[in-house]
Amino acid sequence: MKVKQVSIFLENKSGRLAQVTKVLSEQNINIRALSLADTADYGILRLIVNDPDTALAVLKQNGFTVRSTEVVAIQVPDRPGGLAGILQALEDLGINIEYMYAFVGKTHENAVVVFRVKDIDQAIPVLQSHGVRLLTGDEIYQN
Amino acid sequence: MIWSQEYECMSRHRLRELQLKRLRQTLHRVEQNVPMYRDRFKEAGITADDIRSLDDLKHLPFTVKQDMRDNYPFGLLAVPMSEVSRIHASSGTTGKMTVVGYTKNDISTWAELMARTFSCAGVTNSDIVQVAYGYGLFTGGLGAHYGAERTGATVVPISGGNTKRQLQIMKDFGTTVLACTPSYALYMAETAAEIGLDLHELPLRAGLFGAEPWSENMRKEIEAKLGIMAIDIYGLSEIIGPGVASECPEQNGLHVFEDHFIVEIIDPATGEVLPPGQKGELVFTSLTKEAFPIVRYRTRDISILYEEPCLCGRTHVRIHRIMGRTDDMLIIRGVNVFPSQIESVLLEIGDIEPHYQLVVDRHDNLDDLEIWIEVSEKLFSDEVSGLEDLEHKIKEAIHSTLGISARIKLVEPKTIPRSEGKAKRVIDRREIYPS
Repeated sequence: MKVKQVSIFLENKSGRLAQVTKVLSEQNINIRALSLADTADYGILRLIVNDPDTALAVLKQNGFTVRSTEVVAIQVPDRPGGLAGILQALEDLGINIEYMYAFVGKTHENAVVVFRVKDIDQAIPVLQSHGVRLLTGDEIYQN
Repeated sequence: MIWSQEYECMSRHRLRELQLKRLRQTLHRVEQNVPMYRDRFKEAGITADDIRSLDDLKHLPFTVKQDMRDNYPFGLLAVPMSEVSRIHASSGTTGKMTVVGYTKNDISTWAELMARTFSCAGVTNSDIVQVAYGYGLFTGGLGAHYGAERTGATVVPISGGNTKRQLQIMKDFGTTVLACTPSYALYMAETAAEIGLDLHELPLRAGLFGAEPWSENMRKEIEAKLGIMAIDIYGLSEIIGPGVASECPEQNGLHVFEDHFIVEIIDPATGEVLPPGQKGELVFTSLTKEAFPIVRYRTRDISILYEEPCLCGRTHVRIHRIMGRTDDMLIIRGVNVFPSQIESVLLEIGDIEPHYQLVVDRHDNLDDLEIWIEVSEKLFSDEVSGLEDLEHKIKEAIHSTLGISARIKLVEPKTIPRSEGKAKRVIDRREIYPS
């Protein structure tokens, strides 16, 4: 139920993002979703790719500081209020979201929301008990 | 103005006799009372009695900063603690401080030497001396304080910092002489300009500046901006503190107070003594100190010795203003900083193989330290708050270790250039040493 995300430390200087995507494309790695958190001096690039282990290895080889983080990916109905209900459930249970980002799945009927919580093992059963559809790693890497 | 005509203008011949007599006393004292020296002399197959001329000094082993760390805190004292009346200390290479002690007589000698220094700037009992060196374990504040008092001048012991208050006092009290670090003097001038205070209209006429290296250009700038004569003074706590050497009004090299210290210049690579006129590392031996005598201390400061007589009438040799260091020590806002201290902070924080670089610059006459740190996998958090916490943690640890604040800049791996596998640890953009 956990999804592997690849996080990369990037300094705010031109060409760094392009370098990441170039390294990945050379290995035929497809980026499924990305988010970038940034400050004045640096940024953290977070990626969901079709082959996280290879992505980690090649980025490391190319001198990037990378780590893999476990996140949760859920399927949300692609309609108004789809996300609101899920977030409300998490809030009611006191589960704090560190960060999140979303992308639209291939079927266009559902959106995929990726989020990171402090205690992932606590969050998973709570979400499941609320009927939230959790995506497995394979589903999300390959879809 | 010469404080001690008798000693400062002594004939070279009589001075050398006095030096030899005092050197032999010092060597006997350390041989009897300090185990490290006793062992070192034995190892070198030499005793205090074997030193029959000043030329024999070169046979004695050197003392280095590491020795103080190994004997921390009081292992090198030559008197029982009951006779030690004061302790001073400065930061060492890896967190352990360099500790020195003074007997009552040492404090008096120190005041005498600093009185000579103030006299070099013409200070008398009609002067008001503002001491803006830090007071405390650092030798600058109290060293200047006792010396200025000895001359009979009125002392304002304001210590460092609080610049607007410094200027207010300077104006209201009619300060005539300022003692502080040269960079702080320039910072005061900038602040004065900002608040519309014209320093040229104040009675301020001279300044004694030391505790950090500075250039001839900086002297010109200080003299022009403050409307004063700026005197370069030299000292280090291991020898006594300020009062080891001072410029005279000729402003052409610093006279070493040779009746209390023997100065040598050595080749830092071979340890061989170099003749006057050649550039090398300054080495000092104390001749009168009781609590913390020191034999052939390698300062790591680079200078040149000049034996030519000086127009001022003092017979003591002069050293060139400090021209650099033989190690990687930096002096930032008057504080000694070794890159290895930063390294140990990073190791403590959990960085297994720290890659870092110190970038030192001077903005508005204040030293500015930025530390670049390559973010290793171990340090990396994929949350912004995690990285901000890391920056904060490093900043705090550096502040508590070094006593100065630094800006932390997290950079990607391999950002810091390596040459032959070894990173360049320091970029100093201040141009404080003469080229």
